[in-house]
Amino acid sequence: MPKSALQPGAVIDGFTIGECVHAGGMATLWSVTHADIASPLLMKVPRVAEGEDPAAIVSFEMEQMILPKLSGPHVPACFGTGDFAAQAYVVMERVPGDTLYKRLPELPLPYEEARVLVAKIATALADLHRQHVIHHDIKPSSIMFRPTGEAVLIDYGLSCHRHLPDLLQEEFRLPYGTAPYMPPERLMGTRSDPRSDLFALGVLLYFFTTGMRPFGETETLRGMRRRLWRDPYPPRQLKSDYPPWLQEIVLRCLEIEPVWRYPTASQLAFDLGHPDQVRLTARAEKTKRDPLTTVWWRRFNRGLVQPETKSDVAVQLATSPIVAIAIDVAEGADELNGALRVTADRILATLPSARLACVNVLKLGRITIDRTLDEQGNNKHIDRMVALKHWASPLKLDASRLTVHVLEAIDPATAILEFAEVNHVDHIIIGARRDSVLRALLGSVSAKVAAEAKCTVTVVRPPRLVARAEEAADAATTQAAS
Amino acid sequence: MLLAFFSDIHANRQAFAACLEAARAKGAERFICLGDIVGYGADPEWSVDTIMALVEQGGLAVRGNHDNAVAVSSENMNAEAQAAIEWTRGRLSAAQRRFLAELPMMVPDDDRLYVHSEASSPARWRYVQSTADAARSMIATDAQVTFCGHIHRPTLYSMSVTAKMTSFIPTSHAPVQLLRGRQWLAVAGSVGQPRDGDPAASFVTYETQTREITYCRVPYDIETAAARIRANGLPPWLAERLAIGR
Repeated sequence: MPKSALQPGAVIDGFTIGECVHAGGMATLWSVTHADIASPLLMKVPRVAEGEDPAAIVSFEMEQMILPKLSGPHVPACFGTGDFAAQAYVVMERVPGDTLYKRLPELPLPYEEARVLVAKIATALADLHRQHVIHHDIKPSSIMFRPTGEAVLIDYGLSCHRHLPDLLQEEFRLPYGTAPYMPPERLMGTRSDPRSDLFALGVLLYFFTTGMRPFGETETLRGMRRRLWRDPYPPRQLKSDYPPWLQEIVLRCLEIEPVWRYPTASQLAFDLGHPDQVRLTARAEKTKRDPLTTVWWRRFNRGLVQPETKSDVAVQLATSPIVAIAIDVAEGADELNGALRVTADRILATLPSARLACVNVLKLGRITIDRTLDEQGNNKHIDRMVALKHWASPLKLDASRLTVHVLEAIDPATAILEFAEVNHVDHIIIGARRDSVLRALLGSVSAKVAAEAKCTVTVVRPPRLVARAEEAADAATTQAAS
Repeated sequence: MLLAFFSDIHANRQAFAACLEAARAKGAERFICLGDIVGYGADPEWSVDTIMALVEQGGLAVRGNHDNAVAVSSENMNAEAQAAIEWTRGRLSAAQRRFLAELPMMVPDDDRLYVHSEASSPARWRYVQSTADAARSMIATDAQVTFCGHIHRPTLYSMSVTAKMTSFIPTSHAPVQLLRGRQWLAVAGSVGQPRDGDPAASFVTYETQTREITYCRVPYDIETAAARIRANGLPPWLAERLAIGR
């Protein structure tokens, strides 16, 4: 292998080397410039000298394969790679600022700040998983934030991409990664479950809100294995003011079995975005760790718990969508709402991990001053929530799969589109009103949503028979009147 | 340059024609046949003629065990394969048989090697079924990338400088860059008789500049290919298995 020719001023494949900005255990980072690229750049160069950890090479190869395949605001843009034949490197966008690691002295953070922060990371993870990549090294030093607010995930040396060979599969006898963030299934050799990243993010959320690492700082395999049976102290035991909804989220991320965690990062981001809608279970109430009998059972029945299920990132995402359904609770929408329920029921029946967000738009007048109370003095907002829950009750959904949202907006279509965008909705179900004077005047909400949404939209109409009967009735009325 | 690899065509005209068309549409400039042009299928004459024409235009071809059995000597084969060999032998002209008999066992090309079975002892027609089999082949050659077929199931193996192996079932149409730091063994799927559960015809492209390999699948007229097998009195299972890709 040729000796590294790296020094300030040298030019490699058109990139001019600047200063060395970081020298880590696996790689060094250099600031570089290129005549055709305006944005600030970083060149990452692996340590490959004699006596260095061979893992550095394999990790670098992984990053070299994965980075050019990624796109979007949540990853550093890749501008070029060089292989080991000449000078191995990856050139990527230099994201300004520091990693989250810099914030460790400030821990614990206020709950609200941590909620917003981790929601952004979950959103970034969801985007990464959609690109068929499991990060496998989520921790404060692999997370940065753009000036515009989006989380950026860096360091793909331990990642795996569903469409690329996993070069790390036989490389290490021991699980490789960062011990405090290591998910239990990784200790058992599983590298194919995207929910591993949710566990690591749960560790981060726990750490950032309590100031303590849930499984300590042990680096030994023996120490790490304890998390296969021993649950962490519930945050409420450490901090009496810890919000139950937050503990629910944290402990769900830290479940030993991946199947008990959130099915997708999008669903985690959804809960972090709507803390008032988080369904509280026994997790939220815990003030002590599991009793020793439970722990022992887990420890000595490990093999019985559950065989490893082969999970595919894409399949898992596809079977766990967030479905938003727009419901008009006004009178006279019964047929349409019935049809909407039938459609929702069919979709949910095939996707047991899907969750349903029922959305209603409380239309604001353009000129009038709106009052939150109706003529009878009832709170309109709460009335709508009650109506939405009533609509959903025949679906018999587990409360953790259902949320209701009343949006206040002048333009319902825009409100629904914004809701879908912010909450990473995968599928919108919306009813189409029958032809009417009102629709002709105002335009169709469903048409606008179907045309402009970035996800799948199903437009539902009441069954034909009903429509025809109503038309006949209308016609009869018209005739009688004339 | 974009190379296109066709392995285990097995006289399936419909599958081979579909793959050729797809490869040309992708911009393939050079065509390489990884062996087993004949056997099993009902169109050996057309298949051999097509490969002969491609070779004349600068393409390459290596010998497969079925090509060898038809043109040189029958080897140990199961009854169905043997029946197809006897039938095929009667269909081919002397010139076509000579072409098959003179095919090389291995062809080196730049930092690549083309072989039907594997590189350690190609005449033994061993299957690459595991990382151990792949390692044996890779150790036997200096080539950085070996392309082979024979097993009818697409797989991509690699070996690191410290001799650590990886195996990977490729995702169709997703390019993979074959990094220079390791040796690679690309097992192409079968054009004319896929056995990985996907009945679509399989071929591979490789871009020599970017070092990107892409495993491709093409749907083709299975009914016609199967009907021609039955109409020619070949064993019915050879027709049935096309539809299930086993």
